[in-house]
Amino acid sequence: MELEAAKMIGAGIAALALGGAGIGLGTLFGSYMEGAFRNPEAQSKLKVNPMLAFALIEATGLFGFVIAMIILFG
Amino acid sequence: MADAHSPLAQFEIKTLLPLHPGGIDVSFTNASLIMAVVVGLVTIFIVAGMSKATIVPGRFQGMVEFFYEFIANLLKENTGPKGKAFFPLVFSLFMFILGCNLIGLFGAITVTSHIVVTFALAFMVISVVTVVGFVKHGTHYFSYFAPAGAPMWLMPLMIPLEIISYLIRPISLSVRLFANMVAGHVMLGVLGTFVVGLGGLFFALGAIPLAAIPLIFALEVLVALLQAYVFAILTCIYLNDAIHLAH
Repeated sequence: MELEAAKMIGAGIAALALGGAGIGLGTLFGSYMEGAFRNPEAQSKLKVNPMLAFALIEATGLFGFVIAMIILFG
Repeated sequence: MADAHSPLAQFEIKTLLPLHPGGIDVSFTNASLIMAVVVGLVTIFIVAGMSKATIVPGRFQGMVEFFYEFIANLLKENTGPKGKAFFPLVFSLFMFILGCNLIGLFGAITVTSHIVVTFALAFMVISVVTVVGFVKHGTHYFSYFAPAGAPMWLMPLMIPLEIISYLIRPISLSVRLFANMVAGHVMLGVLGTFVVGLGGLFFALGAIPLAAIPLIFALEVLVALLQAYVFAILTCIYLNDAIHLAH
């Protein structure tokens, strides 16, 4: 296999990490919605923590994106 | 590395004023310019907002006080009363990162999309945390690596893990901010090239990515705010670890 082609495939595989971030975000917002529907009065109080978790989860997936970038351009 | 049409071309650093004292490159670049502008804007925002301070705040003063109270509460909740001494550090970090993230969305170069900038900030935070830990606890600070309550036979596993997780902090802190900023701006750039590429022949198709751009832009504004917040909150959490040595 040519090096260039192998690099492209490797970068594509590294981008799979974002799928994990997608699963995590789905779980996070699913649980948030469930909690909010069960106890609508608490909804305004529960707003900040999911946002923090959103940023942390997204960052975990983006580590994979950085690896892909390093493979392609590093 | 990037030609003019690459989505990475927007991150290119251009030298505005070449400076090479003693062969070391300390040129004044467009990134330095934007950082200076951000510091200036934040200073003007706070000084002008508080220049005619009244007991009942007006709109402008209310804005400044909102940011002040936001960070003060964050620090109080996560670090406790002893963390009050670190308010200037966390507040400056938050305002600087927020300013850089937001100014990058409105045309200027995004300074926080350069790992050198975010790593310098994160390294400074971890250095402060380590120095604070050693000043407060002396050599007792090393007990941080041996969590209390863990059984003795687990220690050979726990201590290396704790040391690695401590040393990886500046990397995760900096890469989190850097990757979020790069990914967002690359996504906007790629969508822009979709619009141009589809615009000529398939005009109706070009409207789809064009409609997506404002939505992604709104998401990026949210991410810009969140990442500054996450950086500030993690700084508070690390400071709390160092001050209270609680595990």
